[in-house]
Amino acid sequence: MSSIVPEITRKSITELIKKGERADGRAQYDYRDISLEVGVIEKAEGSARVKIGNTQIVIGIKPQIGEPFSDTYNLGVLMTNSELLPMASPTFEPGPPDERSVEMARVVDRCLREGKVLDLEKLCILEGEKVWMIFLDIHVLDHDGNLIDAAVLGSVAALMNTKIPAVSVEDCKVIVDEENKIPLHINEKPLMCTFAKIDDDLIIDPSLEEENIMGARISVAMREDGSLCAVQKGGEDPLTREEVIKVIKSIYEKTKELREYLP
Amino acid sequence: MKTDREVIIIILNNNNNLRADGRDFNELRPLKIEAGILEKADGSAYLEIGGNKILAAVYGPRELHVRRIMRPDMAVIRCRYNMAPFSVGERKRPGPDRRSVEISKITADALRPAIFLEKFPRSTIDVFIEVLEAEGGTRCAGITAASVALADAGIPMKDLIASCAAGKAEGNVILDLSEEEDKEGEADLPVAIMPRSGNITLLQMDGHMTPEEFENALDLAIEGCQKISAVQKEAIKNRYGEENE
Repeated sequence: MSSIVPEITRKSITELIKKGERADGRAQYDYRDISLEVGVIEKAEGSARVKIGNTQIVIGIKPQIGEPFSDTYNLGVLMTNSELLPMASPTFEPGPPDERSVEMARVVDRCLREGKVLDLEKLCILEGEKVWMIFLDIHVLDHDGNLIDAAVLGSVAALMNTKIPAVSVEDCKVIVDEENKIPLHINEKPLMCTFAKIDDDLIIDPSLEEENIMGARISVAMREDGSLCAVQKGGEDPLTREEVIKVIKSIYEKTKELREYLP
Repeated sequence: MKTDREVIIIILNNNNNLRADGRDFNELRPLKIEAGILEKADGSAYLEIGGNKILAAVYGPRELHVRRIMRPDMAVIRCRYNMAPFSVGERKRPGPDRRSVEISKITADALRPAIFLEKFPRSTIDVFIEVLEAEGGTRCAGITAASVALADAGIPMKDLIASCAAGKAEGNVILDLSEEEDKEGEADLPVAIMPRSGNITLLQMDGHMTPEEFENALDLAIEGCQKISAVQKEAIKNRYGEENE
């Protein structure tokens, strides 16, 4: 269920953007105010609370020892899950994750995985037998647009905040030292920026109001070294080649800006 | 003389160290409530008591799409109590389980008597309780937060439901059990009341207590609810006090 936008709101937002302005006073390529705290949940091995404007997400990390997948017997597992809580928006319903939630979890997952945030080999405890499974849960508390950028920023911060018990292996015995916790090894810090296309203009960090009237959306993730690691287009309208290139060209600066907020 | 004095000191120590966290038998854990912290919800509240971190949000009164449960003469209240996967030691699988379904139901039952439901026929009031971090007594904390969120949503109510548990651990009747006391203890008695009338809207118990202990625990819990009620009112005043002046 998406919200019905009155024609007058649609018109006013579109006309403002045409003039290079936005309803909340931002410029086309400005983010809303961002805040990021880590270690907000003591029971979680890693956590972060991120706010972009009124959008608010809590991310929690729980490690578990489990069995590796048979085709990646020497790699740890990173599982990304998201819940669009019904408290976050009148359009979110309780129940199994809907397609918006699944898309978000998969895009964040791709960004973290392809961005090589974690070295999964280092999470292997005993080849083919036991590996660390890192569960990353994205809990959306308040939805005011651009959940993906907030989720990626918070997820990277939460992973940087994560400490897991030290393990050692002696004769096929895995010894977990709960007293001695070590930080997760962070390889890379990919971040994602989302642009919305409204009429023929591109704006960054769409608010919910803007998302509701956008024709298309494009999210691009970049690592610190300037290489791209994930892209996702959304929405019904097509994008031109020029628009895509324009977004790609501005991503370096924008992810750099976001990276400043990481701990 | 000297030995006498030492004996007295030991007794005082025993009294003070009645509980692992140093609380007195009738003392609540540190409590903090903040109203109106979410943007989209019609009403919301954030509550911390001890290590619990609870968020409650209210939507409504709004249109009810499920005709089967619609009441032609009044609103229905629906609750969803949910624990975040990272809120507990071992990761909890997302989604409802039998425990959270039961708590959702008793929460709705506990809140219902306070609301003027007859003012909103054919509609629904939805209450969402998210446990971000759990440390014993989440159902009571959820109910306490939810009633602040209901008030924040401007829903007309007869009273602001307050909830608190008492119980028994190591042979003593105590107020507001921590996670450890709940696990190790002998009994748990969650209570919710309408503070103005003292009427009880939630009562559960598990464990072992004598009828005398039960009576003590019930009185203790009601006393605790009254203390919580004061903090709830404070939270509402902090949110709306200035606008009234």
